[in-house]
Amino acid sequence: MKKVVEGSVAIAHAVKTIRPDVIAAYPITPQTHIVERLSEYIADGELKSEYVRADSEFSAISILVGASATGARTFTSTSSQGLALMHEVLFNASGMRLPIVMVVANRALSAPLNIWNDQQDSISQRDSGWIQLYAEDIQEAHDLTLQAYKISEDIEVRLPSMVCMDGFILTHAYEPVDLFEDEEVQKFLPPYDPKVYLTTEDPLTFGALATPEYYTEFRYVMQQAMERAKKKIRKVFTEFKEMFNRGEESLISLYKMEDADIAIITLGSLTSTVREAVDRLRDKGIKAGVVKIISYRPFPEEEIRKSLDKVNSFIVFEKDISLGHEGAVFTDVKSVVYHMKDRPSAFGFAVGLGGRDVRESTIEKLIVECIEGRKKEGFYFGDVKRVKEILK
Amino acid sequence: MEVEITLGGVARPGTARKNKTGTWKVYMPVVDHKKCILCMRCLHNCPEPCITSVDDKIEIDLDYCKGCGICSSVCPVDAIDMVYEEK
Amino acid sequence: MSALIIEVRIHGRGGQGSVTAAEMLAVAAFKDGMYSQAFPSFGVERRGAPVRAFLRISDRKITLKSQIYEPDYIIVQDPTLIHIDNVGEGLKKDGMAIINSDKSPEDLETDIGGIVRTIDATRLAIEILGRPITNTAMIGAFVGASGLISIDAVKEAIKERFSGEMGEKNARLAEVAFEKIKVA
Repeated sequence: MKKVVEGSVAIAHAVKTIRPDVIAAYPITPQTHIVERLSEYIADGELKSEYVRADSEFSAISILVGASATGARTFTSTSSQGLALMHEVLFNASGMRLPIVMVVANRALSAPLNIWNDQQDSISQRDSGWIQLYAEDIQEAHDLTLQAYKISEDIEVRLPSMVCMDGFILTHAYEPVDLFEDEEVQKFLPPYDPKVYLTTEDPLTFGALATPEYYTEFRYVMQQAMERAKKKIRKVFTEFKEMFNRGEESLISLYKMEDADIAIITLGSLTSTVREAVDRLRDKGIKAGVVKIISYRPFPEEEIRKSLDKVNSFIVFEKDISLGHEGAVFTDVKSVVYHMKDRPSAFGFAVGLGGRDVRESTIEKLIVECIEGRKKEGFYFGDVKRVKEILK
Repeated sequence: MEVEITLGGVARPGTARKNKTGTWKVYMPVVDHKKCILCMRCLHNCPEPCITSVDDKIEIDLDYCKGCGICSSVCPVDAIDMVYEEK
Repeated sequence: MSALIIEVRIHGRGGQGSVTAAEMLAVAAFKDGMYSQAFPSFGVERRGAPVRAFLRISDRKITLKSQIYEPDYIIVQDPTLIHIDNVGEGLKKDGMAIINSDKSPEDLETDIGGIVRTIDATRLAIEILGRPITNTAMIGAFVGASGLISIDAVKEAIKERFSGEMGEKNARLAEVAFEKIKVA
């Protein structure tokens, strides 16, 4: 059923067809529309989930840790400070191997207070043991939400997932979306089989004390689960494509990379704008292509290395910065090319921070500056005004 | 060396019961029931908690008492003595 | 290619339904077999403050995600915005502005480039709805003046958005505005 709907409504619809047992959330812009719509479905009797209005995001994710331990399928959604407040519990959820799925409506972090989009919130949680999938458009965010459950709930993986969609740009936009039918989702997603779960008759301790004799091994098996998740993501994507006739089969998606001399690497809704820029550059005879990262954690090391095999240089555009170093995605991509014989030149730009609109012309200009040698290898703020900080 | 670990560090409860911490103690609490006024301060302050009240009488489970002496120190009528335990 | 994309910017005040207008036009364009995309100016919405909403329609899938800087059309819901919100900014030379005003385009003092069309949407809304909510009148006028989307699709989209009598009245308001701007 293809309909023009708001991004948040598309997510709420997908979640409705997935039928989680427990939803716990706390409202925060720009995520609010998602859980608002879900609570409407429940009030109208269209969805039978237990909806818990938490007193904070810390409580919301804690409630889901408890619910998931009982074998319930769970969902939450948050943004920015809300995700930051969840930080501690994110590690508990992954360490206890609970397949919670969360949609992050990406938003900048305070201070200064800013409600607009960038990806600093989820990128800052990259070490939390959660799978992170980034959506380019509303359709992809809607689809990834379902795929995330199948990936996370698999016993070989059993790690929680974040589906990251750019706040406002995707959550508040209206686009035609092919929405799931109930029967399709029931066919695609098997019921969650938790294997071990908490009941009042048979109490268990989750995430019990692990002394130095054991802790390393727990982290080691989580790393192995992340490795297995790569295979599982490919498998789930492929199954999805067979059934729904759309989507990708890999952790990355390539555009015009076959003969590209320069690879533009990005993630999320920025990819669309970058595609437009690449089209214009192609018209001018510049052989550029796009590498879109869908799965940021686990990181698609092999795929990216292969895609960069023939290029002379790559440029990363990302909406975050690891202050004191450089963009986190830029660091990750550079680590992938370290072992390459003829390693490509590396450029990176932070763009679209705190909701600054990223125009195709800006991307095009920055790419040309790199190609023409007007920029040295390194990481830059892509769109920054001259600024004087008053230090008194 | 191979170690076996469970998914998510799941453990069965009740394993602490097998660990009889009573063997750790050097001094053993001894209650003088004639002095005891049943105020229950010892019971509520025991960190283990291995003090119970049975038929209006304080009982200390020496299998788990580590001999910390908190009960003795909070007793308002000095009804609990800490006595060196011969092993 | 991006040349096939028609870009529309809607100006209004918070509470006038500009985002809903963009949404209904996106739904209507989709009903007519086109791709569409609508989005608000992302911000802290407050009733009465100037707001912008955006619409793209195309015969191809729309991938562009940036805001609209050089619109083909602008729709101005509130004539008092003309001198406040720089509504004509970036309008293409051959672009068109559809403005809610009781004045004729000639009497309307603006420096907006391109073709200017006016419609007295406030009066029409008061007559038909009993309230000065102009968004459905403005989208009716927009499709009348531009010919980009069929009025039937617009009426359907309105009735999907507002149920019952409210939907009927708003659909009628859109149609009246549509007819009016066509003859004018």
